[in-house]
Amino acid sequence: MEITVTINGAADTYDVEPWVLLADFIRTRAGLTGTHIGCDTTSCGVCTVLLDGKPVKSCTLFAVQADGRAVTTVEGLAQNGELDPIQQAFKECHGLQCGFCTPAMMLVSRALLDANPDPSEDDIRWAISGNLCRCTGYVNIVKAVRQAAGAGATEGD
Amino acid sequence: MAATEPATSPEPTTSPEIGGIGHSLRRREDDRFIRGAGRYLDDVVLPRMLHLALLRSPVPHARINGIDASAALELPGVVAVLTGQDLAAYNLAWMPTLSADTQAVLATDKVRFQGQEVAAVIAEDPYSAWDALDLIDVDYEMLPAVTTPQQALEDGAPLIRDDKEGQADNRCYTWETGDAQATEEAFAAADVVVSLDTHYPRSHPAPLETCGCVADVNPATGQATVYMTSQAPHAHRTLFALVAGLPEENIRIVSPDIGGGFGNKVPIYPGYVCATAASLVLGRPVKWVESRTENLISTGFARDYHMHGELALRQDGKILGLRVRMLSDNGAFFSDAQPSKFRAGLFHIVTGSYDYPTAHIVTEGAYTNKAPGGVAYRCSFRVTEASYLIERLVQNAAYELNLDPAEIRMRNFIRPDQFPYQSPTGFVYDSGDYPRALQVAMEQVGYDELRREQAEARAEGKLIGIGLASFTEVVGAGNHKDYDIAGLKMFDSAELRVHPTGKAILKLGVKSQGQGHETTFAQIVANELGIPATDIAVREGDTDDTPYGLGTYASRSTPVGGAATAMVARKLRDKARVIAAHLLEAAEEDLEWETGRFFVRGTPSRGVTIQDVAFAAYTNFPDGLEPGLEGVHYYDPPNMTYPFGSYIVVVEVDAETGVWKVRRMVAVDDCGVRINPMIVEGQIHGGLAEGFAMANMQFIDFDEDGNCIGSNFMDYLVPTAWETPRFELGETVTPSPHHPIGAKGVGESATVGSPAAYVNAVIDALAHLGVRNIDMPVLPDRVWSAIAEAGGGDPG
Repeated sequence: MEITVTINGAADTYDVEPWVLLADFIRTRAGLTGTHIGCDTTSCGVCTVLLDGKPVKSCTLFAVQADGRAVTTVEGLAQNGELDPIQQAFKECHGLQCGFCTPAMMLVSRALLDANPDPSEDDIRWAISGNLCRCTGYVNIVKAVRQAAGAGATEGD
Repeated sequence: MAATEPATSPEPTTSPEIGGIGHSLRRREDDRFIRGAGRYLDDVVLPRMLHLALLRSPVPHARINGIDASAALELPGVVAVLTGQDLAAYNLAWMPTLSADTQAVLATDKVRFQGQEVAAVIAEDPYSAWDALDLIDVDYEMLPAVTTPQQALEDGAPLIRDDKEGQADNRCYTWETGDAQATEEAFAAADVVVSLDTHYPRSHPAPLETCGCVADVNPATGQATVYMTSQAPHAHRTLFALVAGLPEENIRIVSPDIGGGFGNKVPIYPGYVCATAASLVLGRPVKWVESRTENLISTGFARDYHMHGELALRQDGKILGLRVRMLSDNGAFFSDAQPSKFRAGLFHIVTGSYDYPTAHIVTEGAYTNKAPGGVAYRCSFRVTEASYLIERLVQNAAYELNLDPAEIRMRNFIRPDQFPYQSPTGFVYDSGDYPRALQVAMEQVGYDELRREQAEARAEGKLIGIGLASFTEVVGAGNHKDYDIAGLKMFDSAELRVHPTGKAILKLGVKSQGQGHETTFAQIVANELGIPATDIAVREGDTDDTPYGLGTYASRSTPVGGAATAMVARKLRDKARVIAAHLLEAAEEDLEWETGRFFVRGTPSRGVTIQDVAFAAYTNFPDGLEPGLEGVHYYDPPNMTYPFGSYIVVVEVDAETGVWKVRRMVAVDDCGVRINPMIVEGQIHGGLAEGFAMANMQFIDFDEDGNCIGSNFMDYLVPTAWETPRFELGETVTPSPHHPIGAKGVGESATVGSPAAYVNAVIDALAHLGVRNIDMPVLPDRVWSAIAEAGGGDPG
């Protein structure tokens, strides 16, 4: 099937089999390997991308479901070579260790901050609770999201 | 109590620009990870690459009467199907395990656990490979499954390992240590004996990246490059050479970025062997990446110890001796990743943080129809089980003797002046100050006030519990005399090259899986040589590009690889002194060193920087001196290191539902000198979360037919940010006296120490009802039942 998908701002047309998963499509057809696969059962969340700005687990969507829509992956977070505040905060707060869950964690956090620029700790923990991390105990991820929220607030002031 | 060491980390001796020990340097590796530019195994794509999928047994125990793969071979895209018979032609149907047993690569005679590898399909794309698995017809003749080690050791139990000559039953090993007679006497003299039977449940490390490899054997040269999720690439290269008979110089293992390991990526799995064999036969690269279910049901499980412990005590709380009988569920193949001398790992650290003269430990292992493994899941070999048992026993002893759980610990701790301390099972603890760590934790949590609150709450019918754990770990294997893996001695190595421009590259035998080696090991060099940490590149994981080492697990990177790094840097500093003397036209003995610079004693302005010396090492060195500024050091540690800490958990238990919530979690860790405090704390956070997981929800269970319950993340519960408690950290610093920079290792302390603290907290909430044990995970229904049984009725 022919689909048109806008990935990180660039629209392109692809010929894909209807059974190809969106996660596979992003990794193998679009060549963006920052999106990872960890469980195949919509549980771990490391495949999370933004579809029209909303977090989705790309192992549980077919590529054809993204037809006519916009996908944002971790590679699209930085703008014009400038890191997103959430990327900077993850590094600054040691919000990552092995890095495998990190792209997805940053994307759900980005979506949270877009909807709620000043989230509480509970808001953050709830927002990222569809995404597993085995390294950090989530402490510094929460800290990073709060810091990024602070940075965003400063920018907006 | 007398404090002999600094209570907290000393001030760094280098500037933030140099970034040596003690600076919370931001991590170098993060620059690629936050951009999605890490390179993990599944990101490796080679031209003409094929994809391998494994057919796994749906049943736990059955004889294989035949395998018909003809329909699978007809599926478009399928290139080949491998069976055990095919591998047998290359003598690869079986492989050795890390515990001197054998394990089937692809089953030839029987399947012995659900999920065992039976056949491999190699296809042009992964979808075709997976589809073809359904077309393979295996004729299984069902056999009765053995699902517990107790069952396994009963007379007449079905024999699982009929492949092993001389194996008449399901006994896997017996191991004994300590002094039986002295312990017997201690128990005869005891006022009180406290005993505990508890099961440390089977768990799985479940790193978010599953295991996999890309094997690329060049048909013309025989050169085999295997990209592999490996925590121990050098050891794996040697084992590949020994098992497959490939010449070792033709094998290159490359361990790329690893998405978490936690012990899961230490063993060699059948998938690696099948992919390599397939690449060898087909002359094309072959990729194998397991699914989450495959990861959980077939690769290295952890724990699964059935433990019986007894403490002999005097009325005043003094411990006189410890007796342990332990039964281990080893699964179908004994593949514990552990030093070969010790059949139950370092379980004999079970005497804990306490001073008493005698202990006797007997452990038995049994084969069952379950997956093999026995990996050190975020712990040193079996130290987690040991620490859990002693900390549960001591807490229960407090209840029997009507002592406060903190007080009984204080009365029995090994005193700071007793180090180095020889334990009754033969360990020599290097350093510690246990009373102070507990004191710091008690002050931080407000212990006395909490006890008052607990009493008041109890009077109102509310259940609050305060759980303690004062653990001692043993990490950093070896020395070479006592510790080896499959015969390979447990040293480690570092190679350091300082380039002419004063920048450096450090190559290591260990391999990070998220611990931040690219940052912390550069900091060690920065501390020793004064070269800014940001000027030092760190390389790991490629066996062609790094010196030999045993890898990263059991918290050995800092104790062994970190020591090697400090030592090689000191070697280069010695050589740099010779060159500096030449440049300054002074005698070597007249030179003083300050971070990053030599100067002539008495004339501080007459000096040269390490960068000047590096340039001279290639451009202006004295006659007769070997040019260059590089070296390698292989470090054989004189002893293990013994990190310790005290954890205090406060829980509230809902008697009507059995649900418990963590209100406070205070963790005071002492891992010696902290290289990068930020990273150390990150390691502790992660360990505390995994400890909570085991105490609260995470376990692999089996039904009575041998079906694995916990084969996906909907059944195997890993805590999310929502359930994970908030943590409060504290520290004391007691350097290791034998480590070059006084560091001890920390990656696993919190997983080792915290489960007992969580469980003790729940037990503490129910102790007045007479409850003394609830097996992990402490699920609400288990709590509810314990209350019901203690109270003789429905609590709600």
